[in-house]
Amino acid sequence: MLSVLVAQNIAFGIIAAIACISAVRMVTTQNVVHAALYLVAVLASLAAIYILLVAEFVATTQFLVYIGAVMVLFLFGVMLTRAPTTGDSRLTGDHWPIGLGVAVMLAGVLTYVVLDFFGSDQLPNDPIVFDTADVGDSIFSTYLVPFEAVSVLLLAALIGAIVLVRKD
Amino acid sequence: MLENAYLIPLLPALSFVFILLFGKRFKGGDAVHWIGIGVVGVVWVLSLVLGAQWIDRSEDALSGGGSSYEESLVVVVGSSGTGAGVLLGTEAGEGAPAPIAEPVISQITWFQSGGVEHSVGTYVDGLAALLLVVVSTVSLLVHIYSTEYVRGDVRYVHYYAFLSLFTASMLFFVLSSSILQMIVGWELVGLCSFALIGHWWEDSANSSAALKAFLTNRVGDIGLLVGMIILFFGAGTFDIFQINDMVARGEISHLVLLMASLSLIAAVMSKSGQFPLHTWLPDAMAGPTPVSALIHAATMVVAGVYMIARLYPVFYEGFAINTSSINLLSFIGGFTALMAAGLAFFQWDIKKVLAYSTVSQLGYMVMALGVGAWTAAVFHLFTHALFKACLFLGAGSVSHASHHTFDMRKMGGLKKHMPVTFWTFAIASLALAGIFPLAGFWSKDEILIGAWTGQQSGYPLMLFFGAAVAALTAAYMTRVIYYTFFGEYRGHGTPHESPKAITVPLVILAGGAVLGGLANLPSPAADAIGLGGIAHRIETYAEPVNFLAPLGLTVAAPSLAMALIGLGLALSGIGVTYLYFWKGMGPQGLSERNKYARAGRTFFENKYYLDYLYNDIIVASIKWPIAKATYWFNQNVIDKVVDSVGEGARDGGQFVYRYIDQAVVDGTVNATGTAANASGESLRVIQSGKVQDYGALLFGAVGVLAIIFVIVI
Amino acid sequence: MLVNQFLLLSAFLFCTGVYGVLARRNAVMVLMSIELMLNAVNINLLTFGVLHGTVSGQVFALFIIAVAAAEVAVGLAIVLLIYRNRSNIDVDDLDLMKG
Repeated sequence: MLSVLVAQNIAFGIIAAIACISAVRMVTTQNVVHAALYLVAVLASLAAIYILLVAEFVATTQFLVYIGAVMVLFLFGVMLTRAPTTGDSRLTGDHWPIGLGVAVMLAGVLTYVVLDFFGSDQLPNDPIVFDTADVGDSIFSTYLVPFEAVSVLLLAALIGAIVLVRKD
Repeated sequence: MLENAYLIPLLPALSFVFILLFGKRFKGGDAVHWIGIGVVGVVWVLSLVLGAQWIDRSEDALSGGGSSYEESLVVVVGSSGTGAGVLLGTEAGEGAPAPIAEPVISQITWFQSGGVEHSVGTYVDGLAALLLVVVSTVSLLVHIYSTEYVRGDVRYVHYYAFLSLFTASMLFFVLSSSILQMIVGWELVGLCSFALIGHWWEDSANSSAALKAFLTNRVGDIGLLVGMIILFFGAGTFDIFQINDMVARGEISHLVLLMASLSLIAAVMSKSGQFPLHTWLPDAMAGPTPVSALIHAATMVVAGVYMIARLYPVFYEGFAINTSSINLLSFIGGFTALMAAGLAFFQWDIKKVLAYSTVSQLGYMVMALGVGAWTAAVFHLFTHALFKACLFLGAGSVSHASHHTFDMRKMGGLKKHMPVTFWTFAIASLALAGIFPLAGFWSKDEILIGAWTGQQSGYPLMLFFGAAVAALTAAYMTRVIYYTFFGEYRGHGTPHESPKAITVPLVILAGGAVLGGLANLPSPAADAIGLGGIAHRIETYAEPVNFLAPLGLTVAAPSLAMALIGLGLALSGIGVTYLYFWKGMGPQGLSERNKYARAGRTFFENKYYLDYLYNDIIVASIKWPIAKATYWFNQNVIDKVVDSVGEGARDGGQFVYRYIDQAVVDGTVNATGTAANASGESLRVIQSGKVQDYGALLFGAVGVLAIIFVIVI
Repeated sequence: MLVNQFLLLSAFLFCTGVYGVLARRNAVMVLMSIELMLNAVNINLLTFGVLHGTVSGQVFALFIIAVAAAEVAVGLAIVLLIYRNRSNIDVDDLDLMKG
């Protein structure tokens, strides 16, 4: 049991390190395509984190929807807007110190609050496992109306995107 | 048929899909309208069968055999349904002449969410059956009429598809068994109305009229949603039967009902064209005339009235119709009736006159519901559908004959060219005016009596409104007939009578306008013509006693005096107009001579300036972008203040410098000015217009607030 | 495992996203940073779902993924439109609302 916990913690450490480094590189790199690839790395490692949090279905969806579909969309976006693919120092604006300041301040507040509130609370060692069937049951009973709302939202987004980029 | 009523909306829905998908494959379009007519014809027959079965069931219940139908209730809603049945059964035992037939409710579970089960199904009772017959009859006639009226139109297939969809959604709405279902039907008919008003969207006036109708209806739909949600939280269910039952037994607090009915009345205002949201209805006349007859006269616009009638206990308790002598519902209805009747005098477009007349008559129905005259309102809904559809189709026939104009100044003298149209139009006008013994006389009379008697107290103001409208209605319809059918023909070309596809529906509807009164003849009148058995048919079959009786609603007794007063008012309206137009008596050209009369005329012709209020004042003030306002504020207020402070200070400083003190004050003053200018400049920096700066401010402010929060806690 | 380790990872990724949104001048990069923020929120949802033993966390994480997909679609459409009108997607140049 203990060995499993240790293994989990080691895995978390590695994955979190990959996620954090990739995230930082993503917002600092001067190449749009590299940034997209770093985002893939972040999303993939987050999918692994989701598996650590016993959410296999969410992890699968993360792979399929984000890395499969959304990233392709991003790459198309990069391609169609013909952003420079070589190093360009103008990818970050002149006012980046403001952004950094705000981000650091938020990080400070969040870290303080999280540490203060949860201290050394543990997640349950033997968490309740919800498999895909449970998630499906929940979506189609308790959360049916939000589900329908999301469906309508997706439809609206689809139509909206088409209307926006139509040439006439 | 009572349990399988779902077939009625299903058939036209299928025909909609079929016409939309395959309509273009048929050459010519004949096949398209035959599909439409065929399906609506079947629906019409089914509605009649359903109506007959309902009458049968009511008769059965009256003679004490009601229990034999118990098993036909697929879902007897909980124990409350049977509870009401027992209650009513005892009443009938005491000899009260009330039908105890329970509504036939067939439901299936639609979905479950958050532990609440939502059902969908059909709710068949006398009211629904009556509406089904009205909708399918008018729809059938309009389908037939349209074969001629929109012949050769570019979007013939689209037109018939949407007629089918509208018929389906209206029938679906009428048969709803839960308020959730009602909302769906309500939105669907609104959508069809939008599509059909904008049928000829190449003309920008038409498409903006469609948009106006749609947007105005959205305003009311918010009220509908809010009201329905309040009702749901009050009753814990969306089921109409259960809600009505709970209200009738006083299980929902008055405050909840008041909030719900206040919200729902907004929906009624938009859909049924009540003041102040009526402005879309006259503009909606941009659509094809058969559409106006079907949607904007006979069926869709009565959806609001139907909703009140269906959820009557909610409004009855919410507005305390029982005890008040004036309430919002009756006032809105009465005021709308009077206001729209006034406007109808000043329109030159024949369809707009009829549109305002529709608004006015809808106001009449709402007023009747507001004073507790439920039966009278439903009766008027029925008769109004017949004669107003006839009037609209007649107007379409006139326009068809005289080069597609609706301007009455280009008509005139059509009586001898198109006799069938003239006679049917005249009969329908007289029915609308309420002349004995046509349909409108009986229903209008019942409303007036209802307002007079009221429930526990009368409604004198409503009686006044009703009486005034009765006279005005007769007068403006006489004006329309004068301009359209009498005098000399003022258009060009030779007008001709319309073909059979147009005149036959007109004759049928005119027949309905003559005989419609038989549907709810008061018993003295029925006895007088030796048909005592047919008195009070709507009252007997349609009145849902399962919730009206527990509320203690009484039906006013017929009164000869009131009938004579109503008839007298209508006749005097016709008489005065007759003298004015035919004999040239009265203050002709008053508005040219008298400036007060002219001002009044302008006021009426501009429709009380309501459109200006909505478009130029309310919309414009909201449309003004906030950023622009901020910019203006920045430029004109902050900068001006800063600059003027600076400049004023500098001027003053120079004054002082020149005349009083050069050395001491000068520096201070200049510093003030510079500081003020600089602060103005630095304020501008915030308004950079870049989204990231605003984002930084937003996140920064959130962070600062979070820090404050953490420190304080 | 500690609750904190997940929440801190989430907080870090969120703030990185905030930095990206505020500092990057390429509109596509801004959208990517928003994706990062949304994913950080997902970690929180799943963590609390495990902590309280409920399935709701997973359900809402799925909803967020769906909403993010919709957001990317519309967002990229807008970016494309901007590119078509101005031939660049530099958010610094978009200052029509300047005071």
